[in-house]
Amino acid sequence: MAFGPYLLLATLEGLVTAAVLALMALGLSLVFGVMRVVNVAHGEFYMLGAVLAWWVASFFGGHPALGFLAALVLSPIMVATIAFLAERLVLRRLNYEPEATIVATIGLLYIIQQLALTFYGPDARPVQAPFDMRIALPWFGYSGYKLAVIAASILLILVAWILLTRTRLGLIMRATQYDRETAQTFAIPIDRVHAGVFALGAGLAALAAVLIVPIQQAHYLMGHDPLLLSFIVVIIGGLGSLRGTVVAALLIGLSDGIISMFFSPTLAKMLATLLVALVLVFRPQGLFGVAAR
Amino acid sequence: MMAGAKSFWLHVAVVLVLFALNFLLPEYHRGVFSRAMVLAVFAMGYNLAFGYTGLLSLGHAMFFAAGLYGAGLPIYHLEWSAWPALGTALLAGAALALAVGFLALRTAGVAFMIVTLMFAQVFYLATLYFGAYTRGEEGLVLPQAARALPLLGWNLVLTDPPTRYMIALTLLASVLAITFLLVRSPYGRSLIAIRENEERMRMLGYNVFANKLGAVVVSGVICATAGAAYGLLFGYIGSGFASIQYSILPLLWVLLGGAATTLGPIIGTLFMFYAVDLASSYTSAYMLVVGLALILLILFFPKGIVGTIRERWLPWLP
Repeated sequence: MAFGPYLLLATLEGLVTAAVLALMALGLSLVFGVMRVVNVAHGEFYMLGAVLAWWVASFFGGHPALGFLAALVLSPIMVATIAFLAERLVLRRLNYEPEATIVATIGLLYIIQQLALTFYGPDARPVQAPFDMRIALPWFGYSGYKLAVIAASILLILVAWILLTRTRLGLIMRATQYDRETAQTFAIPIDRVHAGVFALGAGLAALAAVLIVPIQQAHYLMGHDPLLLSFIVVIIGGLGSLRGTVVAALLIGLSDGIISMFFSPTLAKMLATLLVALVLVFRPQGLFGVAAR
Repeated sequence: MMAGAKSFWLHVAVVLVLFALNFLLPEYHRGVFSRAMVLAVFAMGYNLAFGYTGLLSLGHAMFFAAGLYGAGLPIYHLEWSAWPALGTALLAGAALALAVGFLALRTAGVAFMIVTLMFAQVFYLATLYFGAYTRGEEGLVLPQAARALPLLGWNLVLTDPPTRYMIALTLLASVLAITFLLVRSPYGRSLIAIRENEERMRMLGYNVFANKLGAVVVSGVICATAGAAYGLLFGYIGSGFASIQYSILPLLWVLLGGAATTLGPIIGTLFMFYAVDLASSYTSAYMLVVGLALILLILFFPKGIVGTIRERWLPWLP
């Protein structure tokens, strides 16, 4: 095969990665922006989303779309509930002190991973895609479901953007992010906003996982790489900036897809990680962020 | 001076107790103690950066692994003996700590954690990428013949359990002495002061960056020594030791024992070893124990075991 088909395939695969990554990184970015909490357990919420999706889908016989749609609704809600409880029971009591919350979320990471291993097991299991269709492209047929994932992600990000910029709820979140004390004096219930944002962030990770699980099977260690990648995305995009997050997800997803297609995936990850560490060292506000006030 | 003498004799007593245990402990527990003591050295190196200087690094596995590979690779591929391999391990640790510290110390707080985490991840991926030399996760088993230290006419065989215990103890005692002296020295005081109030130290005319860099390098070298000793004593080097888990473990041990206490890392490491040992006789879910321990510690015992003792009863503990 010539260079062209490879490049197209790599671009498409990269776009799928970017679509999922953008959703997940958006959750991480929201939690960091509003709460100033670096959630190391974010990858485990993603994993939990995939595992619960398999669990929910396994109850439904008949058409695979039925199980998938049920998982798409129920799995993020369950994960958000778990995150909500973790926030109330642990993070709130630590007063969101940055270093303490990192240690606590590392603890949470281990607990969730172990519980998944104990109850779900070490096997990778798939969820059937809601529909099976191949779309003919110039050189090869491509999975219609993967294209649907890209479309769904774009739709969800638009919804998130409208939620953040056009609604009262978004205003409250942005106010909390901008200045916690002043927001509080304007009777914004900071405490409840934090719990809600943490649950929302985890729910977004779970949603991303449900979308990816028909392509990539659910496995108890699957949260590790996406966590690192979404950290990279959030840092490059600038912490707490929605536009930056989307652009960076596109950049990282595409370059990951293309570099892994032509070079070794390990090398791709190595270079991307090193690059981001250096961005953080020399331009801590991110490539698209504004300097901290 | 009274307090100084008291804590000096306490440290001597701890080393003597550990020495006596070599003859008292049954075979299995002697093995556990040997392993825990080497890893306690790793935790002590970490404590210097995290506890005393306030630099919460999430990447110290790379320094441990730099020592592990710095010693192990020349032994395995070039058939070096243990002493020069120890030298390359320390050099590797120092060079890596200098480079990482130089870059990462430009950031602070959360950014510092993430940057160190990422550098460690790059190191881990590098050990996988150069699998031709390191055999990645599968790792290398060091040849029996190379695991010996010729010393003053003796040949210390590192596979012999009592010798292994004594060497682990010697290493622990030396590093304990170094940290004990270091944290009581003017330099150590300046590190603690930087942790407490960096701006004021800068105003007083201290070169904060250079002091912190020094702390990272000393910490990195100690961790690399622990890594080299671990490789030589237990004969196996693999990518697993560079993974994120080995960056989290010293944090856990130090938090448990008490950050910024000289004896905390030893107590914390031993305690955690036996907690996991005990838990794994009931359940295979040892990660659950680690996770719960981290959360409960940070919620209820943020100062750790020795830290709490110091706060309540023995304010003179260094």
